[in-house]
Amino acid sequence: MKKDLVIIGGGPAGLAAAVAAKEAGVDDLLILERDARLGGILNQCIHNGFGLHTFKEELTGPEYAGRYIDKVLALKIPYKLNTMVVDLTEQQTVKENRKLVTVMNREEGLYTIEARAVILAMGCRERSRGALNIPGYRPAGIYSAGTAQRYVNMEGRMPGREVVILGSGDIGLIMARRMTLEGAKVKLVAELMPYSGGLKRNIVQCLDDFGIPLKLSHTVVDIKGKERVEAVVIAQVDEHSKPIHGTEEEIKCDTLLLSCGLIPENELSEGLGVEMNPVTKGPKVNESLETDRKGVFACGNVLHVHDLVDYVSEEAAQAGKRAAAYLQGSLPEVKREIPIKAVNGVRYTVPVSLDVERMEDIQVVRFRVGNVYRDAAIEVSFNGNVVSSRKKKVLAPGEMEQIVLKKIDLEQIEDLRDITVAVRQKEEKIHG
Amino acid sequence: MVDVVVIGAGVTGCAVARELARYEYKVTVLERASDVCEGTSKANSGIVHAGYDAHPGTLKAKLNVEGNRMMETLSKELDFPFKRNGSLVLCFDEKDRPRLQKLYEQGVENGVKELRIVEREELKLLEPNISDDAVAALYAPTGGIVCPFGLTIALAENAAVNGVDFRLNTEVLEIEKTESGYRVITNDGTLESRMVVNAAGVYADRFHNMVSGEKIHIIPRKGEYCLMDKKVGGLVSHTVFQLPTVYGKGVLVTPTVHGNLLIGPTAVDVEDHEAVNTTGEGLADVLKRAALSVQNLPTGQIITSFAGLRAHEEKGDFVIGQPEDAPGFFDTAGIESPGLTCAPALGKYVAEQVLEYYPAKKKTDFINTRKGIPNMALADGEERARLIAENPLYANVVCRCELVTEGEIMDAIHRPLGATTLDGVKRRTRAGMGRCQAGFCSPKTVEILAGELGRDMAEIRKNDPGSEFLTGYDKDGIEE
Repeated sequence: MKKDLVIIGGGPAGLAAAVAAKEAGVDDLLILERDARLGGILNQCIHNGFGLHTFKEELTGPEYAGRYIDKVLALKIPYKLNTMVVDLTEQQTVKENRKLVTVMNREEGLYTIEARAVILAMGCRERSRGALNIPGYRPAGIYSAGTAQRYVNMEGRMPGREVVILGSGDIGLIMARRMTLEGAKVKLVAELMPYSGGLKRNIVQCLDDFGIPLKLSHTVVDIKGKERVEAVVIAQVDEHSKPIHGTEEEIKCDTLLLSCGLIPENELSEGLGVEMNPVTKGPKVNESLETDRKGVFACGNVLHVHDLVDYVSEEAAQAGKRAAAYLQGSLPEVKREIPIKAVNGVRYTVPVSLDVERMEDIQVVRFRVGNVYRDAAIEVSFNGNVVSSRKKKVLAPGEMEQIVLKKIDLEQIEDLRDITVAVRQKEEKIHG
Repeated sequence: MVDVVVIGAGVTGCAVARELARYEYKVTVLERASDVCEGTSKANSGIVHAGYDAHPGTLKAKLNVEGNRMMETLSKELDFPFKRNGSLVLCFDEKDRPRLQKLYEQGVENGVKELRIVEREELKLLEPNISDDAVAALYAPTGGIVCPFGLTIALAENAAVNGVDFRLNTEVLEIEKTESGYRVITNDGTLESRMVVNAAGVYADRFHNMVSGEKIHIIPRKGEYCLMDKKVGGLVSHTVFQLPTVYGKGVLVTPTVHGNLLIGPTAVDVEDHEAVNTTGEGLADVLKRAALSVQNLPTGQIITSFAGLRAHEEKGDFVIGQPEDAPGFFDTAGIESPGLTCAPALGKYVAEQVLEYYPAKKKTDFINTRKGIPNMALADGEERARLIAENPLYANVVCRCELVTEGEIMDAIHRPLGATTLDGVKRRTRAGMGRCQAGFCSPKTVEILAGELGRDMAEIRKNDPGSEFLTGYDKDGIEE
């Protein structure tokens, strides 16, 4: 089978990328989805709050996905479900570079698709108890928040009754509310860091509104119970995140939910040899969301973990559009890559570089900060000279930030060598 | 009345049962857990030791070297993963050279082949990531790695196919001597048996002491481990030990037969026979000590940690055979490391003793081979296509991290002694053993188990009773 464009993943990123590519004129495309339905993780996110930016209304996850699935159907974009990509490689012929996407599914068995371009949209996974290296027994009753969410929202089943949640990532906060609404007792949410990893609005709506305590600078240091969780021991941590002896407290519970971060699922990207960003654990991409492998684009949570799905869709649409330009020969060759540097509190940027000639009139650069900053500013510099400074009342790791670069501004800089994005804290006034 | 009751379906019990299955015996294996391989056999290093560790003349030494020799053939007969990757014992200090030399001599005396001491330069060639502090090493090319679940389950399945009766969820409460042998009282009825094989792991002293006046004492010795992602499984290619201490073989760094990186174990004597919990101190100790052997230990790549209990008998050697005051009662007690390696030889050794005590004819229809579950992850394109043509469920991926398909999970459930729990499926197929640690696949596996076993999802357990995953339905207990 030959395809111009193969999109790996039929979640929000893959759907938006496919729609944008099709709308830009790519007709020979295919979405590959490993689950039984399109929509990805949104299918189990039955709470609302999705789409405020994109559709100016509050949708549930399935509704938000539905909007894009409708578009996919209306545009007659082909897709395959229950289809796993087992291998992704490149083949360089005299004429061109092709990607070989090996897939398998029940109906068609195992086969390879030759694609001229690929969009990586595989999403992410949750950090497990093992990866956190939490000591204790290994009984039933320890779930990642997303696994519990699937049981509750997709199967209508309760994975536990008395719950402690470790990690204040958004899924954990959402599940604190969901489990409570479904009749469980959520005893507390413990967070290793001195600040929450989730959105402010979720802290308010999911914890505060239900009187669920959030214990910052706390972690789980022991899990008790041989067959089923019987209790967890939490402890306060010091500034190096090490448990402080003497602060241990045993909390009786039958369930421990983990919401301790998401990890982009880049096994296929790594297999292909795509250059990765150790900070995001996603591919390094340029302004076109193209990886260092020509014709391989990335978007959504496989690229970097997003806070809002609206930004996933926006980014993915951009990837779809740029992939279309690549296929149509209207994406110029990379000539002069200008690095975008993340410094002083900015952990990373997506993209990591841009080529002024290749960029569109407006370029969005997304990033996260590494700490909580109050009354700070986001500063953009060209060749070390500050060109803009935007004030922010609060900057927090849980929220994704962005700056917008204009092509006309960049074109005016003679010998542009680098762009930096930094957090600048207000200088303290010495005299009152 | 049966001929032999084997207490315990760990690797030792299963190895003995499989050997006895070659003869015209009626054999029943009693296992208190809900699956085979639920105790020490599931939580160890998975190492096939070369045989230089044990003191010459001990049972440990004899059975180790013999078990090591048998493992390769057995792995082909019974289709379980085994690799002879070789092992190295690192010496970090010139002052310790005499101890390295002694280990070498001990190995030679035990009959270990190809053993030699390698110097720093060669060591660096063998293992480029080895610590700069290592001055020399004992190199044993015959050392190997095995899947401990694969080995135990293969032995059990093959024993079952050859007529051995496995009774799971059956705990032995009492053993009484009778005129014709032994009365074994369990939580699920009483068995009269001519003979008993005691393969009860950390509980072996309890059963031994029920029938014999010569008391033995097993001390559970805890070992904690960290398992790392397959991405870093190639950090070392050999099993890298440190020169032994009084507490055992020290901390090892090894690839597993499945390509992960394993570090551990600690060695701490504990009172509690069920204390398979990891501890903050233990895991920290493993990381600290493993970092002595290799450069740049990838601590960020840990995917899980676990602890196992070795059955250490206080006199130090295996206790195998009949106590003087309990004929027909065969101990296999104190089977700590290198117990896994010894299992094939130990099974044979005990079977010979049983035969001597109560002879039986060899079966003419014994099946000595077994075919394992197909492995889509390891199969090449052609083999994958062939399997899918045979059964399309081999194309439906359930565990994405380890590429385990619905077809393989169905096989695991429907085999002799098939899986009934999530852990059972995991140990037979590796579903859930990857980097997401069953985050994505566990709900699907629970659903498949429920469907195939004709049970509700709420009845599906992780392992033993009480380890059910689900506690009810949404909105249960909410007053209208």
